[in-house]
Amino acid sequence: MARALIEALNLQIHYGGIAAVKGISFAVEEGEMVCLIGANGAGKTSTLKALARMIPAHGEIHYGAERIDAVPAHELIRKGVALVPEGRGIFARLTVAENLAMGAYHRNDKAGIAADLERIHALLPRLRERAMQVAGTLSGGEQQMLAIGRALMGRPKLLLLDEPSMGLAPLMVEKVFEVIRAVAAEGMTILLVEQNARLALELCSRGYVMESGAITVADTSAALLADPRVRAAYLGE
Amino acid sequence: MTGAWSTKEKIGLACVALALIALPFVLAMAGTAWVRITNFAVLFILLSLGLNIVVGFAGLLDLGYVAFFAVGAYVYALLASPHFGLHLPFWLILPIGAAVAGLAGAVLGAPTLRLRGDYLAIVTLGFGEIVRIFMNNLSAPVNITNGPKGINLIDPFRIGDFSFSANSGALSGPIKYYYFLLLVLLAVIVINRRLQDSRIGRAWVAIREDEIAAKAAGINTRNIKLLAFAMGASFGGIAGGMFAAIQGFVSPESFILNESIMILAMVVLGGMGNIWGVIAGAVLLSFMPELLRYTVEPAQKALFGRMLVDPEVLRMLIFGLALVLTMRFRPAGLWPETRHRRELDADRK
Repeated sequence: MARALIEALNLQIHYGGIAAVKGISFAVEEGEMVCLIGANGAGKTSTLKALARMIPAHGEIHYGAERIDAVPAHELIRKGVALVPEGRGIFARLTVAENLAMGAYHRNDKAGIAADLERIHALLPRLRERAMQVAGTLSGGEQQMLAIGRALMGRPKLLLLDEPSMGLAPLMVEKVFEVIRAVAAEGMTILLVEQNARLALELCSRGYVMESGAITVADTSAALLADPRVRAAYLGE
Repeated sequence: MTGAWSTKEKIGLACVALALIALPFVLAMAGTAWVRITNFAVLFILLSLGLNIVVGFAGLLDLGYVAFFAVGAYVYALLASPHFGLHLPFWLILPIGAAVAGLAGAVLGAPTLRLRGDYLAIVTLGFGEIVRIFMNNLSAPVNITNGPKGINLIDPFRIGDFSFSANSGALSGPIKYYYFLLLVLLAVIVINRRLQDSRIGRAWVAIREDEIAAKAAGINTRNIKLLAFAMGASFGGIAGGMFAAIQGFVSPESFILNESIMILAMVVLGGMGNIWGVIAGAVLLSFMPELLRYTVEPAQKALFGRMLVDPEVLRMLIFGLALVLTMRFRPAGLWPETRHRRELDADRK
């Protein structure tokens, strides 16, 4: 097996005195697509935010050969880690084109940026159509696609996706997941945090199940989908 | 935006330039007082443009902005008055004042990095008061600021034998200051425009919109916010230095909370984030009280034969009414920045 692209060892997150994540360890190999599923408040988003260095955490985070648990958040995109934040976090008052340009903020290879923009427009044609539209006026699904497109503009190696289905109509959720599948097909390593466990497991090859701050089950998606405990708790059967 | 001007724009610009050059002489015919009023209006434009960097560009609400104006004014007063017996030339002091004020901005910014909105406003308000109270009390045991008595006999701008305060022929003191202020204003506008279209400007907008996303895009939000505070403050410092020289006197009373609120009102009324809107707001709010002063009294005397309402009272009444009406009918300001207008339009949908 290839070396893990990102690996967390004994990751702990506290909010005040409350432990939100209680020493979990997991890894995502290069080119893999892995999901972190679980109920509301299980610590999934906290985990992802800690990987992106948006919140402080204890424990080790390895990115390739490098330890990144002391690297400032804004340095990560330069290293190839892109976060698509929960609730999309688009720049609502900027146009779609300006949002995408912000995704390439840290780059100065004009030709490369233009090529990536072209690639993202091909993947997400709606963004080309709406380039001059103010992002805040897009539909929820379009905003999610914009957030993904913006992250891709940073030309990342690892994409951290936080609840991309949140607040979207079922039809839109499917479209967004199609986009994620297409991105993965290009070889992107993806760590997906998702409440919609069935969708996430159908998309990813492996999954971790989180329950009140700890990983309780870790297995391939097929095994998790067949696991009676997972089926009862997260797949509504 | 690249600065290729069309012929039409060039002609318009030339007309504006000519009008601005001729303005003080026209005003002087109505009385030198009007030139002084205009000079103070320009100072307020400078202050508004400085505050606009913090509030308009970076979206950080600052209610203590006058503190930086005070820092600039006191730096000038201390380095060019008999108080310490120092008489440094103004072209040396103004940059020092800007630097000290910028540093003060960073000092204010550092502990407030995690704060936003109301909480940030409260801390900045407190900071403004702290600076004023310091100025008021730094007279003992070592007399630094001369306390509430203020510092008097501050040097005017002087280049060799050419003094900005004395009259030389047709050029009265205030007119000379007017041209100097105009030059500084021009420089500040150019710097503002450049900033807005720069990488830093885009980073400010991103932070204003969504801080986590800005970080994820690779923006060092801490440094960029501190930069906004420092740059805004340094403009305030320059304005303060010129204020001290023009007045010849500074005291803590000039730097009360009301002034901070007035400058913020200019920014908001004109249109946060849009340089031209902010200038319009500052011009409007600086001249309105003076116009009232000169019209309300004669008008009342003509109508009723005596003064019924003090212009000072009426001034605040009209001022308040103007703000209420603006917020009701043009909530993004008289001349809003496209992005701020977009937000309000989006909210209405």
